[in-house]
Amino acid sequence: MSNHLKDIILKIWRQNGPQDSGRFETYKVDEISDEASFLEMLDYLNEQLITEGKEAIVFDHDCREGICGTCSLMINGQAHGPERSTATCQLHMRKFSSGAEIVIEPWRAAAFPIIKDLMVDRSAFDRIIESGGFITSVTGGAPDANLIPIPKPVADSAMDSAACIGCGACVAACPNGAANLFTSAKIAHLNSLPQGQAERYKRAESMIEKMDEFFGSCTNHGECESACPKEISIDVIALANADYRKAKLKNKKFISRI
Amino acid sequence: MAQVLESQRGPVTGTAVGKKKRRPFLLDLYSTAVGKKYVMAITGIGLIGFVVFHMIGNLKMYFGQSDLDHYAEFLKELLYPIAPKGVVLWLLRGGLLTMAVLHIHAAYSLTQLNHKARPVKYQSERDYQVASFASRSMRYTGVTVLLFLIWHLLDLTFGVVNTVGADGEFVRADVYDNVVRSFDRWPVALFYILANIMLGIHLFHGVWSLFQSMGWNNPRFNEWRRSIAAGVATIVVVGNVSFPVAVLAGIVGG
Repeated sequence: MSNHLKDIILKIWRQNGPQDSGRFETYKVDEISDEASFLEMLDYLNEQLITEGKEAIVFDHDCREGICGTCSLMINGQAHGPERSTATCQLHMRKFSSGAEIVIEPWRAAAFPIIKDLMVDRSAFDRIIESGGFITSVTGGAPDANLIPIPKPVADSAMDSAACIGCGACVAACPNGAANLFTSAKIAHLNSLPQGQAERYKRAESMIEKMDEFFGSCTNHGECESACPKEISIDVIALANADYRKAKLKNKKFISRI
Repeated sequence: MAQVLESQRGPVTGTAVGKKKRRPFLLDLYSTAVGKKYVMAITGIGLIGFVVFHMIGNLKMYFGQSDLDHYAEFLKELLYPIAPKGVVLWLLRGGLLTMAVLHIHAAYSLTQLNHKARPVKYQSERDYQVASFASRSMRYTGVTVLLFLIWHLLDLTFGVVNTVGADGEFVRADVYDNVVRSFDRWPVALFYILANIMLGIHLFHGVWSLFQSMGWNNPRFNEWRRSIAAGVATIVVVGNVSFPVAVLAGIVGG
């Protein structure tokens, strides 16, 4: 049995384009099931707007199962809303109550320009990945599984970092607009695996320096960790900082000696 | 879905690319935000060391006038006769000044960077989950400590704002008298107490934060990092606040 929420007041950021100054507009959803996801609620509102002949609200969404990192939204001052370790697509209306006022804003950062309404351009993350978030490997037939022995704890911790879906909530939640959690998760993922060792220090150096062109600096508030839908720990930031230091200090001739 | 608004795309290469032009090592490190955080952490460690030893040294006032004045004189003779009198003290002062300047410059330029990273603020109220009062107020506690430091030097090193200077000769070596005369004015004592609480708040976040900035992260000691921060902050604040309180209560100089 589902319950229904009544009279949800939505204050949503509307912005016609990147150059527009934008403003909040207030909408009302008369009734919605508490089993509806937050994005379904927005779909419902958009249907309503289209029927009224108004322009639908633009927002990012794709898989709606928490694994693609496309959805965003600053909901009541929290990235991805009030549910812990959940992206907006998996946030449900049962987290709210009837008559609630919900304020929705796009991510805000210089590196994430608003395209329209609630949609932002996150390609600054792609620039960081291009600068080192990969391993250079020989192409050809797929190697056998488990060809390279990797200790279980290492594989687990690399997987914890690899869980990053690149949604940008860390940047959005950071009071400084820093992308250290994203960048460090990518660095920690590849730098802890044997396949990533060849480019380990080059990767740390070039990704962190690329990040500097777009984002702010980490002051260790920890907001990113609490906003992250994948619960990536700020421990990865310390790991990346250590690798960045080693990249600067190590004798490159002996780089394979870790 | 995401489209490139203005083309910022550089060439995509098959391997991790580095900057072409490199500056000398230290400047190169300082040019990035992570490098500046290293500088903040290292200078922070130095300044924490100073603050802790300064507090321990001042505890001599509980042993009486001659102990404290003698300690002040001893500082000039550090490592004497290996080094001439006063030289080591001046080297330490030079180091402290350099560290303070670097710490402030790094903080200032990182703040500028952070403002640039989010030119348009959130238009609705943020609901912070874990950012503490200490971490959110580092800039303000830091500036307060700097202003306090200037007052502190004018008061007890140069004697400009000390009462001894008003009705007689300010003798720097009479540390005990100067401290007692200064703290006998209750607004001054209150200012010292408040400024030291600010310092404690600054240390509480700073000490924890430096572990992260230095990349010192290990499950074996991670749980101790908050406790170390709280411990350092508490020791410094309790020690420093006790001095004006002891003077006002007549325990020192009564």
